[in-house]
Amino acid sequence: MTARAHPIGGVILAVEGVSLAFGGVQALREVSFDVREHEVRAIIGPNGAGKSSMLNVINGVYHPQQGTIRYLGREYHDMDSHEVAASGISRTFQNLALFKGMTVLDNIMAGRNLKMRTNLLLQALRIGPALREELEHREAVERIIDFLEIQAYRKIPVGRLPYGLQKRVDLARALAMEPRLLLLDEPMAGMNVEEKQDMCRFILDVNDQFGTTIVLIEHDMGVVMDISDRVVVLDYGRKIGDGTPDDVRANQAVIDAYLGVSH
Amino acid sequence: MRKNWPVLALGAALLVGLALPLATGASSLGFYIEVLLGGLMTGVLYSLVALGFALIFKASGVFNFAQGAMVLFAALAVARLAEAVPLWLAIVLATAIMVALAWVIERVVLRPLVNQEGVTLLMATLGVTYFLDGFGQTVWGSDIYKIDLGIAKEPVMILEKLFEGGILVNKEDFLVAMVAAGLVAGLTLFFQKTATGRALRAVADDHQAAQSVGIPLNHIWVIIWSVAGFVALVAGVIWGSQLGVQFSLAQVALKALPVVILGGFTSIAGAIVGGLIIGVGEKMAEVFLGPVLVKAFDLAGGGIENWFAYVLALLFLLVRPEGLFGEKHIDRV
Repeated sequence: MTARAHPIGGVILAVEGVSLAFGGVQALREVSFDVREHEVRAIIGPNGAGKSSMLNVINGVYHPQQGTIRYLGREYHDMDSHEVAASGISRTFQNLALFKGMTVLDNIMAGRNLKMRTNLLLQALRIGPALREELEHREAVERIIDFLEIQAYRKIPVGRLPYGLQKRVDLARALAMEPRLLLLDEPMAGMNVEEKQDMCRFILDVNDQFGTTIVLIEHDMGVVMDISDRVVVLDYGRKIGDGTPDDVRANQAVIDAYLGVSH
Repeated sequence: MRKNWPVLALGAALLVGLALPLATGASSLGFYIEVLLGGLMTGVLYSLVALGFALIFKASGVFNFAQGAMVLFAALAVARLAEAVPLWLAIVLATAIMVALAWVIERVVLRPLVNQEGVTLLMATLGVTYFLDGFGQTVWGSDIYKIDLGIAKEPVMILEKLFEGGILVNKEDFLVAMVAAGLVAGLTLFFQKTATGRALRAVADDHQAAQSVGIPLNHIWVIIWSVAGFVALVAGVIWGSQLGVQFSLAQVALKALPVVILGGFTSIAGAIVGGLIIGVGEKMAEVFLGPVLVKAFDLAGGGIENWFAYVLALLFLLVRPEGLFGEKHIDRV
């Protein structure tokens, strides 16, 4: 790998001893790991390992029964999704949660919501600061549209786009928030080889150009190993491996989890 | 396109029904236009109530049964406040009351029930309906009150030269139509052109995704219920000035139900067009279909106004369940 524009820095997110249960189902058991600034951190594991639960805990959708999450040195408890978003963490969804009736442009502009400051009346009349603000945000959004190569689809309602492009709009909307930490929930799920390669390239470019720290979930090990700096492996809600892709590949517990062994 | 024939057939039947009284010479042109205008005016009022339904359903997926009660409550507030202060101030104060009400409903009813089934929320709004009906009487009293907009009510005769007998119209009716049009234009602008409007549409589309980009659901719900409260106030003032502010205003909400079915639950344009279709349709049916039924089948012939809207809505559910302007749901499997 060539020298990075944004060298990996200190820990910005620390997950410590997190346990999460839904009734009798233990989704996560005392999981701990950290994420360093500017790195691409993957969470992998077989189906049902607790990957999505982990992401939803970080994102504030679920509140863990035990353990803490420290973001930028501050512990957070029971934060709602929108509060997490306001603190600079954005995400994409495994099963696309786009605003289907709205155009690509409006979807991405909605991602700028937190950055809008002018009041309602000025917005409605489109005068003064409101117009200037709208234009500024529009410019930022145009840069993202160029970056993800979706110029041709600006005015099309998202619901009509093919799946691979919808995934890209989902990423665009998350990027529009200019997040410091970006959570990607199975960004490659359901894609063909070519779309996967595109998505890998975009993820690496985001990390490289904006220095965005990325936490991504994936169950396809091959893809992850190529683009991640460090990998956490979950199985049945427990952490069974943590380290560089090479470490993880050589880890016997990980191999067993993926290939299956008789316990 | 082939599948659209039931919709086209229904539309054609309505148009034929609309044209028949004139074509058969059952009515003079002047009288016909009077009935038509009367229907449109009633339709505008239905539209205003339906608009409140559509707004809340669009943004929160809640079918707000209490919209009619909100109309009554707002109208009572304006009528009683106007006894003490000038009308414009009464309207401003009542608007503030409706915003406060929206805030309380969000806090006490919606927030604890977030992510519950639609039926649960519907039942909750049913509860809000009865609470508002009663609470309105507790606070404002249960007599019939009047709201005086200060506009001459006596009808004016226009176009006397064109038709024998001319057409009787009412100045206030025109004002009402203008207000409704202005309200719709304003709301459309708000939804399509402002960042807040975009956030509202985003919430309407997907709650979780909206939260993930930092849109706080609670604020959005307060805003949308406030807007619906304001729309209820406009409807209440107009209706109240024509019929007097009384308990039966709340029943108007039941007429708005077929309107939203016809227009599509999530569509502002649908609420307006649906209201006009039902307003005109039921008036026409009452005036022109009634006598035909009397003659042909020896029925009593009255009361068509009461069921026409529902039969039409039922037919629409059969041929076009998403309504005229509703979003058709295509699920990817």
